Amino acid sequence: MNIPKIPVGDWIETLEAWLQLHFGFFFDFVKTVIGGIVSGLEFILREPPALIIIVIITALVWWLAKWRLGVFALIGLLFIVNLGYWDPAMQTLALVLTAALISILLGVPIGILSANYKTVRKIITPILDFMQTMPAFVYLLPAITFFSVGVVPGVISSIIFAIPPTIRLTILGIKQVPEELVEAADAFGSTSAQKLFKLQLPMALPTIMAGINQTIMLSLSMVVIASMIGAQGIGTVVFAAVTQTKTGVGFEGGLVIVILAILLDRVTQNLIKKKSN
Amino acid sequence: MSIIKVNKLTKIFGADTKRAVKLLNEGWSKDRIFRETKLTVGVNQASFEIEQGQIFVIMGLSGSGKSTLVRLLNRLIEPTSGEVLYNGKDILKMNAEQLRQFRRKSMGMVFQKFALFPHRTIIQNVEYGLEVQGIAKAERHEMAMKTLELVGLKSWANSYPAALSGGMQQRVGLARGLANDPEILLMDEAFSALDPLIRKDMQDELLELQLKMKKTIIFITHDLDEALRIGDQIALMKDGQIVQIGSPDEILMNPANEYVERFVEDVDLSKVLTASHIMRKPETLSIDRGPRVALQIMRDRGVSNLYIVDKGMKLIGVIAAEDAIQAVREGNSLESIVLHDIPKVSPDTLLNDLFELMGGTRLPVAVVTDDGRLKGILIKGAVLAALAGSMIPEAGEQQ
Repeated sequence: MNIPKIPVGDWIETLEAWLQLHFGFFFDFVKTVIGGIVSGLEFILREPPALIIIVIITALVWWLAKWRLGVFALIGLLFIVNLGYWDPAMQTLALVLTAALISILLGVPIGILSANYKTVRKIITPILDFMQTMPAFVYLLPAITFFSVGVVPGVISSIIFAIPPTIRLTILGIKQVPEELVEAADAFGSTSAQKLFKLQLPMALPTIMAGINQTIMLSLSMVVIASMIGAQGIGTVVFAAVTQTKTGVGFEGGLVIVILAILLDRVTQNLIKKKSN
Repeated sequence: MSIIKVNKLTKIFGADTKRAVKLLNEGWSKDRIFRETKLTVGVNQASFEIEQGQIFVIMGLSGSGKSTLVRLLNRLIEPTSGEVLYNGKDILKMNAEQLRQFRRKSMGMVFQKFALFPHRTIIQNVEYGLEVQGIAKAERHEMAMKTLELVGLKSWANSYPAALSGGMQQRVGLARGLANDPEILLMDEAFSALDPLIRKDMQDELLELQLKMKKTIIFITHDLDEALRIGDQIALMKDGQIVQIGSPDEILMNPANEYVERFVEDVDLSKVLTASHIMRKPETLSIDRGPRVALQIMRDRGVSNLYIVDKGMKLIGVIAAEDAIQAVREGNSLESIVLHDIPKVSPDTLLNDLFELMGGTRLPVAVVTDDGRLKGILIKGAVLAALAGSMIPEAGEQQ
């Protein structure tokens, strides 16, 4: 066989250069916005003394979920302070929350459009497959090209990795609304917007919340990878421990991530229950 | 003028629908079109008219296209061809906004599986049609409450649908359909999901409501008993086609073809036929005649009883032949031998309710209107014949 290799790699690099040349202003804009959100959140989380933040988070968890989870939040967060990882933990939290927020803001509308328009769904579905299966390291590189190193490419790659569940479960939730109910809404003369806000979204909400929960968990799982391109946080601690084979430090960093994960997971899950009751 | 006039309304499911319409016009059958083009004919050139205030029942077995047909009327399913004239205006030519206004103001709908919104309370469900019209909260609440009261569920206003039984849920469905006071109410197998006793209650309740409201109701069902009970007009569908339209009587008595006949065959006639269907013309005599005349008439007609009426055909009683003979012999008047205490029923009495009465009497049962006029008599043989379905005797025909 002597068929020349198809230069896929070359094409991608050409595309990358072309995008950078012509859409530089757009990437700068995105960088400013995301950077702004992350630093805002970081400021809120890191500026006050740790104890105040701990009390606020504990109270919030207590109110949203149940008291046992509040106790867990208190002990867990104090433990993080004790280990000396409060600042990186809050940096990570800011990154995760930013990624989750943008994923929701983009994912839910995309999901709604895909659920209601077959054409959109046909385009979106393969892209989602691509995003979920392409190894994360591969799109770290263009992220650096467009946004340079730092927290922004970290957020971007977290979003790429974490947004599919929100989109998929929004589609599922809306498509699960029984056909008869949609017919009823139509028969009484609803506009598309009325149908969406009065029927489809309220009924799909528990499913959409489950998707958002998954999105948050996935973006948390990206923090170590994001730290490789300069996103500061607890991922940096773990990554450094791995490169220096310091098992103890690595384990400590891992524990911090687990505590954050449990808190975020339980809080969002309880939000689902609260909403559906 | 009829409020709804449907003209050759057709729905084809599939890609090249125009071709199927052409083939239908050439007289191809639904089966042949499916075999050769893979297009499914949902509704085949249905035409009918509905008068204001009528309950128009569309009946057929599952797959006959009745649910599709009703959805063509408010374009929940987009028709392929034909027209639907509402007060002379073609619904199929309306743009999206006109159609929306039409659905909001003129046509309510009640669904088979109730289709209540589970995340809304009962009152919020009833309010829905008003809410999407943009009616202010206080006003729509009041209107919805009134409708909810109509179906007797006012005290449940703030419950959620899941807390209600099937029959109650469908009353809410009915209230939701009526809340915006539409001229036309579409009911798609509205009572089919309810168990038989509740279904009968709901039918009665609908008829009672209809007395007050005088809506035009298009009612879909697969249950002939239901159709006969509530329908003013019945359209029978088969394979997407309307095979017969008529009053319940016409459908029963003169089935248009073998299909309708088979459909009608299994009907429990005792719950459909009334006294007026099977009564015969009585032999009557005016009260001012004498016993001799009575005897003569009995001899001529070959009967042993005569019904005695006044000038206005009001029933007075019955006389028996042996009493008349005795009266002639003893020179008594007719009046002295009249039996006043005879079994009577109204013309609307169902056959089902006649059995007990007929079993306990030797005399034929008199059919009498509310103001006392004699309309006919019921003899046991005619009742049995009617139940057997073999013959429906003409009123007046003698045995």
